[in-house]
Amino acid sequence: MKVSRKIVLHFPARLVEEPIAYRLVKDYNLQFNILKASIIPDSEGFVVLELSGSQEDYDRGIRFLAKTGVKIEALSQNVVRNEDKCTHCGACLTICPTGAFEVDPITREVLFVHDRCIACANCIKACPPRAMELHF
Amino acid sequence: MSKTIEEINSKIRSGKVVVVNAEEVIDIVRHRGLSQAASEIDVVTTGTFAPMCSSGIYFNIGHSKPRIKLEAGKTYLNDVPAYTGFAATDVMIGATALPEDDPRNKIHPGDFNYGGGHVIEDLVSGKDITLSATSYGTDCYPRKKLDTLINIQSLNEAVFFSLRNCYQNYNVAVNTSDKTIYTYLGIIKPRLGNAMYCSAGQLSPLLNDPYYKTIGIGTRLFLGGGTGYISWHGTQHSPSAPRTDNGVPKRGAATLSLTGDLKQMNARWLRGVSMQGYGASLGVGVGIPIPILNEEILEYTAITDEDIFTAVVDYSTAFPNNLPDILGETSYAQLKSGTIRLGSKSIPTASLSSYRRALEISNILKDWIASGNFLLTAPVAPIPGAESGQSTRPLNYRPVERNNC
Ligand code: SF4
Ligand code: SF4
Repeated sequence: MKVSRKIVLHFPARLVEEPIAYRLVKDYNLQFNILKASIIPDSEGFVVLELSGSQEDYDRGIRFLAKTGVKIEALSQNVVRNEDKCTHCGACLTICPTGAFEVDPITREVLFVHDRCIACANCIKACPPRAMELHF
Repeated sequence: MSKTIEEINSKIRSGKVVVVNAEEVIDIVRHRGLSQAASEIDVVTTGTFAPMCSSGIYFNIGHSKPRIKLEAGKTYLNDVPAYTGFAATDVMIGATALPEDDPRNKIHPGDFNYGGGHVIEDLVSGKDITLSATSYGTDCYPRKKLDTLINIQSLNEAVFFSLRNCYQNYNVAVNTSDKTIYTYLGIIKPRLGNAMYCSAGQLSPLLNDPYYKTIGIGTRLFLGGGTGYISWHGTQHSPSAPRTDNGVPKRGAATLSLTGDLKQMNARWLRGVSMQGYGASLGVGVGIPIPILNEEILEYTAITDEDIFTAVVDYSTAFPNNLPDILGETSYAQLKSGTIRLGSKSIPTASLSSYRRALEISNILKDWIASGNFLLTAPVAPIPGAESGQSTRPLNYRPVERNNC
C-alpha cells in the first residue's frame, strides 16, 4: 500500500547539517517533496515536506527520523478519538508507529496519548469501530 | 456443600444472593479457600465483547397494502442485501453482508465501511432504515416494488439470532511472510511484527465452565444489552479440542447459538465493525452467569489468565491453506503483558476483544442478578461435551464434472 503524507520536521541545531533527507531516499526508498524550508547552519531549522512510499518504508522512515532526534509533526490535521465509538479493544496498539496507544494494566482501558501522535493515519482504518478520526 | 439453582433463585428473589464476577472470584478463592468461598458465593458472572461473525437478526415488517411477498425477490436494507427466503414479510440479515456496489478488495486493502453489522447497529439504535424490495407479483401478493423506511419500534418482531458466537477459545494470529496481511483478526505485520488475539480469557463465558456443566440449551444470559438465551450449540462446535490438565481447551472448541429480543438490546453492545482488507462484522456483547452449585464449578470459575493457553497460528500460510500446523502455544497472561515470545523472537500483542467491555458486561449482569431482575435457568438439554467426540470436519471437496456442450 502506498502512502503520501505531509509532515513538519523540526531539526535541532546539531542535526541541521546531517544528510537526513538523503538517508530517507537511499535507505528507506521514500520520495519527498519540500513544500517549505528554513535551515540555517548552526541554528534550529524546519522543513515541511510531503513524504511518500510504501506503508512499511514510510513507517520505518518515520521511526528512523524519530530516533535521530528530529521532531515530527502533522500538518494542519488533527487525529481525534471519538470516545463514544471506542470500545477499548486494543486493535490499534501494534498499528501505531509511535506507540500512542497504551493499555492501563489495571483497568485494561486503552489510552490515547495524543502527544505521541504524528498523524500518520495508520489507525484510522485499522480501528474496527472507526473511532479514530482525522479532522483537518 | 452444594446448592440447587432453585435455592440460588430464591436468594435472588429475597435480595440475599452473593454475586461476583469471574475476575473477582480469583482472589476470593485464593484467600478464603475453595470450600468457604463455595459456601459464600452463589453466582459468578462472565463477559465478552468482540467482533462475532455468524451473528444476525431477523424481523417481520408487517403486510403492506396491497401486499408484497419479499420471498424469492430481492430486498436491501440501507443497500445491504438481506435474505428473504422464508415467507412474505420475514427478513433476515447477517453481520458480514455487503452492499453490491461496495468495491470489496478491488483496491487492496478495502475499507468495508458499511455492512450488515452496521445495519444491525443502526436499527437497534432506533434509526430509520431504508427497505427496498422487488418481487414478481402473484394473485394474492400483487405488489412488485416496495421502497419504505422502517424502524425497530414498528416491526412486529425483531430478534437477534446467531449461528455461532462466544468461541470458547481462539487462535492468536501472526504473519511470517514478508508483507502485511489484512485478516478478520486485524492487520498483521510481516516477519512476526505483531500478534493479534481475541478472547476475554479469564472473564470469557465458556472458559469459566470448560465442560459445560451449567451452560446449556435454554441458559438465560446477557445478550447485546438485553436478555437472551442459548438456542443450540453453535456451528463448528468442537468440544473434543485438546485441553490442559485443568480441563480448559487450548483451541477454539465450543461455540453457542444465541437468540434474544432485539428490541431490548442497544448499540453499545451491538456495534458494526469494519475489518480493513477483510470485510464487515458485528461486535457483540455476551455475559453468562454461572451458578455455583458446588466446589468443582467454583474451581473452574477461578481460572486465571496464566492457566489458559491457546495456539499461535501463521495467518500467512497455515490458516489460509487450512493446515493444522501451529507455531507454538501461549497463555493469556503472556498475551496481556504486551509481548509474547516465539523462539528467540519477542512479538508485541494486540487484542480485538475488549477486556474492559467484557468486565463492564460482567458487572451489569451482576447488578441485574443482585437487584432481583434476572433469575438463573437450568439448561433444558446439554450441549455436546468433550466426551461426544464431536469436532469440525473440513469440507469433503468433490469437484463437479460438467460437460460444456
Ligand atoms: S482500535 Fe479503535 S476501538 Fe479499539 S481501542 Fe483502538 S481506538 Fe479504541
Ligand atoms: S495517526 Fe494513529 S497510528 Fe498514526 S501516530 Fe497518530 S495515533 Fe498513531
